[in-house]
Parts: sequence; structure tokens; C-alpha cells
Amino acid sequence: MKNFKKVLAVVMAVALIVTCFAACGGNDKPDTDATLKIGVTGPLTGDYAQYGLAVKYGAELAAAEINAAGGINGMQIEILAEDDVAAPEGAQNGYNALIDDGMKLSLGSVTSGACAAFLGEAKKDNMFMLTASATAVEAIDGDNAFRVCFSDPAQGTVSADYIADNKLASKVAVIYDSSDAYSTGIFEKFDAQAKVKGLNVVAKESFTKNTKTDFSAQIQAVKTSGAELLFLPIYYSEASLILSQAKTAGLDVIFFGCDGLDGILGMDNFDKTLAEGVMLLTPFTPTATDERTQNFVKNFTAKYDKAYLNQFGADAYDAIYIIKAAMEKANVTADMDASAMCDALKVAMTQITFTGVTGTDITWGADGEPVKKPIAVKIVNGEYIVM
Amino acid sequence: MSLLKSNKKIVSNTKNNIVTYAILLGFFAFAFIWAQTGEMPRKIQNLLVPLCVYSILAVSLNLVVGVLGDLSLGHAGFMCIGAYTGAVFTNIFETVIPNDFIRFGLALVIGGIFAAIFGFIICIPVLRLKGDYLAIVTLAFGEIIKNILNIVYLGVDSEGLKMSIDGTSYNDMLLDDGQTIIKGAMGITGTSRDANFIIAFVLLFVTVMASLNLINSRTGRAVMAIRDNSIAAQTIGINISKYKLIVFTIASFFAGIAGVLFSHNMNSFSASGFDYNTSILILVYVVLGGIGSIRGSVVAAIILYALPELLREVGEYRMLFYAILLIVMMIVNNNEKINDMKKSFMLKFKKNKTVSEGGKN
Repeated sequence: MKNFKKVLAVVMAVALIVTCFAACGGNDKPDTDATLKIGVTGPLTGDYAQYGLAVKYGAELAAAEINAAGGINGMQIEILAEDDVAAPEGAQNGYNALIDDGMKLSLGSVTSGACAAFLGEAKKDNMFMLTASATAVEAIDGDNAFRVCFSDPAQGTVSADYIADNKLASKVAVIYDSSDAYSTGIFEKFDAQAKVKGLNVVAKESFTKNTKTDFSAQIQAVKTSGAELLFLPIYYSEASLILSQAKTAGLDVIFFGCDGLDGILGMDNFDKTLAEGVMLLTPFTPTATDERTQNFVKNFTAKYDKAYLNQFGADAYDAIYIIKAAMEKANVTADMDASAMCDALKVAMTQITFTGVTGTDITWGADGEPVKKPIAVKIVNGEYIVM
Repeated sequence: MSLLKSNKKIVSNTKNNIVTYAILLGFFAFAFIWAQTGEMPRKIQNLLVPLCVYSILAVSLNLVVGVLGDLSLGHAGFMCIGAYTGAVFTNIFETVIPNDFIRFGLALVIGGIFAAIFGFIICIPVLRLKGDYLAIVTLAFGEIIKNILNIVYLGVDSEGLKMSIDGTSYNDMLLDDGQTIIKGAMGITGTSRDANFIIAFVLLFVTVMASLNLINSRTGRAVMAIRDNSIAAQTIGINISKYKLIVFTIASFFAGIAGVLFSHNMNSFSASGFDYNTSILILVYVVLGGIGSIRGSVVAAIILYALPELLREVGEYRMLFYAILLIVMMIVNNNEKINDMKKSFMLKFKKNKTVSEGGKN
């Protein structure tokens, strides 16, 4: 036993020293190979790992396809992903690690707060950034930054418009996560637009990161408010709990969500009948019949777990193809440095029209926001059906 | 005889302190020269300011945990207050005080003072408690601070400051020319990035100096007497409440300063980052570095903060490795045999030195 302890201590000490040196050695690698390195940080571990991994997989799938077809302007591409645990600090550290590894273009970060920190660094270096899924306005507040997904305000406004225009309900309740930038961002704009559209928001219930397991109080409040529709601008892991607890409490309303709900059907151990009739606005549906989506779904599920097949992965997949389109438009070559690439790409981004799995004929303004139509889907018989 | 003894103690304290300063300056010189050569990887450059931030936090928490002997689990809360007040100040006065250096200096002072005020207020109920109860109360205060700041909206427009805890009504209140500073759960984005390694290091040095001087002062000795035996301390007339208040306030002041540095080193941060995990992380630095040892706190903070970044090479297993290494370090650090070996080694080293000095013992 004593000997074992000694051996263990020595092995661990050696492991520590080796990793330290390995880390140092990695930085001295000369960047001579011609592969174009596209970096991204995201929560690859921790609470939000399913989003980070989906982005990583989506981007890697697109990169593999592009490489097989000859690359971009003759360059092979490689995706570098660093873990940021969805924290601004992690994104800043991850960004600098990516720079050491030779990143020339970036997909920003996966979550909003982290992406804003990523942007702070990217702005200093004039590094091109196209985030797949960071929705906050602040996340792309710079001329080098663009995004594939809708922004929070856009989702809130569009949701309120959709509910009012299709006369889904007149009395609406909301349950949102007050500790989350994505959720509050959508909720604020939804609330404002609901007023404009004459929707009556009868209950505004919130929860926080620390209280996201028991929703009985919020559900009871929604029930007594007499709402006909419950708007859920939250992520699906919490939404699945709300759905199951709402069923137990006998709450009979229409459930309406945003792109955060996308992926709910892929959850492990989730009773799909609970989600029956849930509506959501999302840029991507795996059941869409067009060829692009079908190919993406087929290739993605062949390579990765179906649980990661959601709009995060689809956005990242499109992001790589958008970069390809912009690079071809701007005629970016391998000998350009990151800053020169960024200057060329930020002009090209406003000139391209892109059709991918998350929308058709998408264009970008100089502010970096995409112009595209949202798709409303409804869950029928355990499948997303486009409405 | 007793005078001689106390003199000796002062000399050994001074020696000890000089070693601490030497370690700090060595760290600075090493990092500074490495950075000047242009060979330093970006990953490391980026870590320099956070290393100072977490070192300051560890040193200041050590004042409470190691010197005063009370377990505080809410240190991230004070850091949060410093970060928010400092960043709000900088954002409001960005155009009024164009000089970065002066503005950042003021932000540091204001952030520190605000955190100190909160430390003082929180200490009042805490004074009534001991041990586990005290730890839980500090934990709760840290969470309260975080959760309140998480829902605050604050902006400035031509009419002045606007603040609300409801995003919708805040948006109605703010005029079109307004600029939002704190945006609820999104936190503060776009603060001028005034922090740099030199300022951060100077602040760390000042913190260490202040802490060491405090420990070796009359106040420090009184505080340590409370830690060692509060009843005995009370019987010789030491005002326990007063000294606890002093230590808590000073520790929160430095935590606030660390918060200001932190917030001026990032484009975006939010209150949810200052949760009890962060408090525990700082406590881990203190415990690993040795409770009561100021230089241990600095060294442990530097090693443990840099470690997960250096472990990025192992990809997804990073946090697993980090946890294993943490366990190993804790065990090794507390292993009697290894400590004995360390002591005998140090003793040999000392003996050699005294012999060469002429053996005046």
C-alpha cells in the first residue's frame, strides 16, 4: 500500500511535469503547413456541453466535406475547438490558445457572454469572426463580427409577431431564466412587442440557474393567470422539466418556444409525448425535405450521435460554408495573414447571398446580422413538422 | 532574554518577508523579460493579469481564513462588487476623464472602497457567528450579491442615471440617447481594457506588502491571538469585534480591487461568473498554499490558475487531469514524510549557510 502510494505520487508528479513541458513545446511549432485553421471556443464540457459539441461537430462535418471536395481556394481547412465552459474568461483564454495554434479565421464562441469576451480579443487582432449561435446584440458588436443565427431581439419580436398574426392566443404567459442573457434578451423584446401587438402578457415568471429543477410555483402562477399560451424563451433541458411538471399540474396551454427548444426531441429519456403540440421558431428542422437538409442530416447522424443534431450544429455547418462562399467571393489566398483575410471577408460578407440548411437566400448587413425568414415548426407524433 | 528572543523573531520575520518579496519580484522579472523578448506565447501573455487578480484574491482571503481563522465562502461576492462598481465608474466617466491611467486609478479606489463597505456591513451579522455557521452566512451573502446584480439594469442618458430590476420597464425608461451599462444577465460589455500586467503586479505587490505588514503589526498579533484562542484574547482585553471588522473590511477592499482589475481585463463579464464555485476556487488556492502563508497563496494561485490553461493540450480530459493533479498536490503537500524531508533539507541548507557565515548562533 505504501509503495503503491509512492509510485502513484511519482507517476503523477511526472505527469504534471510532462504536461507542463508538452504545453510549452506546442507553442514553438512553426506554422508552415498550408491548412487554414478556423478556431472556435465553446462549452465542450460542463452544463452546456451539448451546444458546444454540436457546434464543433457541425463545423467539423462541413470541413471534412469541403476538404474532400478540394478545399477553399485550394486550401485544406481544419477546425480547432477550445473549451470555454460558456464563461467569458474561458473564451478569452481559449482565444489566445487558438492564436498560438495558428488560427486565422474564427467562429467566435457558442454562447453569448463568452462570445462578447471572444470578440474583445478578436477586435484587437482584427480577426474575422462568424459566430454560429451567440445571440446577444453585444456578441457581434464590431465590424469584424457576423452571425448565422437570429439575434435575441429579433427572436423576441418575431415570436410576438407570429403569435399575434396567427391569432394563436390573446392571453400569454412567459417563464424565463433571469440569470441567462439569451433568455432575458428574448423576453424583454417579446414583452415590448407583445404590447405593440395587443397581446396580453398575464404572467411573467422567472427562475435562475440555481433553481431550474422545480417549476411548480411558476406553473401554478401560469395556471391561475388563465393564459392560453405559455412562451418559453429558454433552453430545452429546462423546458423538458417544465413540460413534464405542467402535465402533472394539469396545465393545458399551447407551448411556444424559440431556437433554444430545438433539440428537445433528441434528449435522452425524454417522453416525446410531452412535447406533442409544442411550437417553436427555429432556423433548422431535420425533417425538412430539401436536399441540403437531408444530406446534412444523413451525414451528421452517420458520424455523430443523433442527440447533437440540432440548430447549433446546423448553424455551425452553415457557418463553414458561409466562410467558404465569402472567401471565394473575396478571393482569399493562403499567403494572406489573419488581418488581411478579415479585411477582405468583411466586405465580401455583405455581398454574398447564401442558401444552406438554416435558411435560404440569407444576406448580411454591415452590422453582421443575417437577414432570413424564421421557420415555425410544430411537434407532431414526435417529429418536427414545418407549419 | 525575552527581548533577545523577540528580536530574533522580528529578524526571522523580516527574513521571511524578504523571501516573499524576492519570489514576487522574481516572478515579475521573469514574466516581464519573457514578454519583452516577444517569445512569450499569447496564451501565457493573456494569463498574466488574471494570475495577479487571483493571487490578490487568495492573499486577501488568507487574511480572513489564515490570520483571523474564520472560514469565508463569499469572497467572490466582494470581487463582484468591485468589478461592477469599477466598470460602471469607467463606463460613465469614459468621456469625462479621458486619461486612462487616472480613470483606472480612480476606478480601483472606488471599487475597493465599495467592496470594503459591503465587507463591513456583512461583517456585522457575521460577528455573531462562529465556524460552520459563519461560513454558511458568508456563502449566502455572496450568492445574494450575485443574484441581485444579475437582474440589475443600469444606464445613463441625458437625464442622468436610470436603474431598474425589470428589463422591460428599464427599456421604457431609457431615452433614445441612452447608453446601457449593466444589462441584466448579460452583465457589462465593452469596458475600456485599462488593466495591464505592470499595474496588476504593482497592485499584487501592494496587497502582499499590506498583508505582511498587517500580520506583523500590533493589530495582526491581536488578530492572531483571537484566532488561536478567542477566550484568552478576550480576557486580556482584545476587542474581538473591532479586529474582526478590521480584517474583514481590509480583505474585502483587496477583493474589490482584484474585481476592478478583472473587469478591466475583459470585454464582457456577468455576475453569474462570481458564484460560489469561484469563492471555493479562491479558498482552494489558500488551502493548498498553506493557511496563513501569504507567499504560499500567491504561488498556489499562480500554479492552480495556470494549470487548466496549460492542460488545454489534453483536450476534453483537461478538467479530469486538473482534478487529479489537485488531489495529488493536496495529498503530497500534507504528507508528513514529505514535509519532514522538506524540513530536514531546509535545515541542512540553513546549517551550511550558518557555518559559512561563521557559525554565530
